[in-house]
Amino acid sequence: MNNILHIAWLIPFLPLVGFLVNGLGRNQLSKSISGIIGSGTILASFLLSVYVFLSVKDGNTHVAHYFDFINTGALKIGFDFQVDQLSSLFLLIITGVGFLIHVYSTSYMHDETPNNFAKYFAYLNLFVFSMLLLVLGGNYVIMFIGWEGVGLCSYLLIGFWFKNDNYNSAAKKAFVMNRIGDLGFLLAVFWLITKLGTTDYHTVFQNVSQLTSFDITCITLLLFVGATGKSAQIPLYTWLPDAMAGPTPVSALIHAATMVTAGIYMIARSNILFTMAPTTQTVIAIIGLATAILAATIALKQNDIKKVLAYSTVSQLGYMFLGLGVGAYTGAVFHVMTHAFFKALLFLGAGSVIHALHGEQDMRKMGGLKKYMSITHITFLLGCIAIAGIPPFSGFFSKDEILAAAFSSNPVLWVIGVLGAVMTAFYMFRLYTMTFLGNFRGTDEQQHHLHESPGAITFPLIILAVLAVIGGLIGIPEVFMHGGHRLEAFLEPIFRESKKIQGTHHLSHSTEYFLMAASVVGASIAIIFAWKNYKDYRYSTEENTGIARVLENKWYVDEIYSSVIVQPVRALGGFFTNVVERGIIDGIVNGVGRAVNYGSRQIRLLQSGQVGTYVLLMVFGILILFVIQLFL
Amino acid sequence: MPVYYYIFLSATLFTIGVIGVLVRRSAIIVFMCIELMLNAANLLLVAFSKMHSQAIGATHPTAATDAQIFVFFSMVVAAAEVSVGLAIIVLMYRNVHSVDVNFLNRLKN
Repeated sequence: MNNILHIAWLIPFLPLVGFLVNGLGRNQLSKSISGIIGSGTILASFLLSVYVFLSVKDGNTHVAHYFDFINTGALKIGFDFQVDQLSSLFLLIITGVGFLIHVYSTSYMHDETPNNFAKYFAYLNLFVFSMLLLVLGGNYVIMFIGWEGVGLCSYLLIGFWFKNDNYNSAAKKAFVMNRIGDLGFLLAVFWLITKLGTTDYHTVFQNVSQLTSFDITCITLLLFVGATGKSAQIPLYTWLPDAMAGPTPVSALIHAATMVTAGIYMIARSNILFTMAPTTQTVIAIIGLATAILAATIALKQNDIKKVLAYSTVSQLGYMFLGLGVGAYTGAVFHVMTHAFFKALLFLGAGSVIHALHGEQDMRKMGGLKKYMSITHITFLLGCIAIAGIPPFSGFFSKDEILAAAFSSNPVLWVIGVLGAVMTAFYMFRLYTMTFLGNFRGTDEQQHHLHESPGAITFPLIILAVLAVIGGLIGIPEVFMHGGHRLEAFLEPIFRESKKIQGTHHLSHSTEYFLMAASVVGASIAIIFAWKNYKDYRYSTEENTGIARVLENKWYVDEIYSSVIVQPVRALGGFFTNVVERGIIDGIVNGVGRAVNYGSRQIRLLQSGQVGTYVLLMVFGILILFVIQLFL
Repeated sequence: MPVYYYIFLSATLFTIGVIGVLVRRSAIIVFMCIELMLNAANLLLVAFSKMHSQAIGATHPTAATDAQIFVFFSMVVAAAEVSVGLAIIVLMYRNVHSVDVNFLNRLKN
């Protein structure tokens, strides 16, 4: 049993070593060596995670205390790792999908110089390290370290090609948006420390009854603000689509395995707090659903292949938050897992397409790639079916679980949710049809060079495709098979307390069948509709009008943010620099200097050189001292 | 004689000295005025010493002599000072052919 404690720290430590070796040796290492170091450390972490997972499955859960991180007498925060069902599951997702992305990157980034190549892998390893720290942390402070770490790494990787100005501003946008969320998280942690004097998960969850309902609501709302930043929910979601500026594997890593799942993990981890705060839950459900719908509508009209996938991520994250909001914690975690599989698959597939087309990302200039890239095509199709929610692919089970929970909470949520799912099916198959079916619409030059990607790219695609197909089978709903939801049974200890508070409400079997049938039929119709509409797509420069144009421009959210927040802040900044800084502060500083200058020029005249004058002044001085001494 | 006679005399001598230093320009006179102030202070020391010995002489045998010995010291120091001061004045006269203190205003600037 102590074995776990001995190796748990190795899981994040190995990627850290990889980061240091690749980062410091970037000028010496050759490309193949840095690729091996980068992928190898993650593979080792993955194997360790499997070991830990199996041991946790046997019921071994621990909080490992390594050393005191902060110790100020009253406040003691240890450097703790919590190894339990939830964190071990996330360890598997992060290291497993992360490893595949690393392997993929060795081929995708092959055109970089050795120096940049090693730097890229160093960042990637640091990213995985931060995420593992976030997941393993045994209290909110350790989680916050990882939380900040992934923010930093996303900044570094989104702006990896930093010579492009647009990419740099995308990186800055991601960082700033995340900072806004982080502030909420930090305030929540401070609030917890003030009220309970600790941030350890188990102590906090045990003493949660000591908090007033006002405290819990505020803390959970602040935590949720943190989650909206990290997991790209309204109103802080706009950084995620812009994060496409980074290399495609990075997008896959951010969207599937790391970063955006942090918010879900944090809320699932604190599920007791959130269950005790029904107001927050309602807010989460509404924001999640709104994000899911908003992002889905935007994705309908995007032409950049990665942008469609980015908005689909935002939308799927919205579903996860909907699940968290209605108390379906298992469903949300389940969806994180299946989403990690198919979204990584879709992004890597899109990367393979972009690679084959030498950087072309506009779907209007693709088409007919089925002929040229069979493996990419098949795996991508499987990913699309999975995300569209067609049984028995993985997306169906997880999405269905969330929607069923939404239905038992409030049928309106379910109706809107299914609407979003139908849109998801539509835009994914629009993407698929435009990219792989029809005729090639690019240049002859590009067509001549079309080729299937090398093994390092197709291998991860195949693995992920298999996972995307069968991944849902660990969570078969009770209606189909008694005891089929193995994930729920596995995670039961984590969510036990919340379940007790919430109570369980079962839907009748017929209702559940109806719900599934409705969403599957809706999705199928959307798929056929998308296929019909776009199979003979022809490139036209005709501009969209009306609502389509609004959707193409992402509801003008960026423009609204720019005019409501960015411009006023800029104006305020201009006011401070021109009026306050130059006028008042510089005025004071220069004024003091000028006054001293002027004053000393006047006082200098006293220095006449006449001894008599000095003596006279001395006598006056003494007389004044006498007067003060004697009469005052 | 009451002690305040001595105090008035001493104060008068001191004031004459101060005014002399302030208004006279000849270095010799200024120097003499400084000596005047010094001796005004000495006079006061002797006068207070006498007063104290009458008041507490019975219990403090050294009260009568302490201040008077101190006066001797200050006279010796004054003698040394005079020799240095006069030497400076002689050198000053050799350099500028004058003993006017206002002539020496090069401390300015």
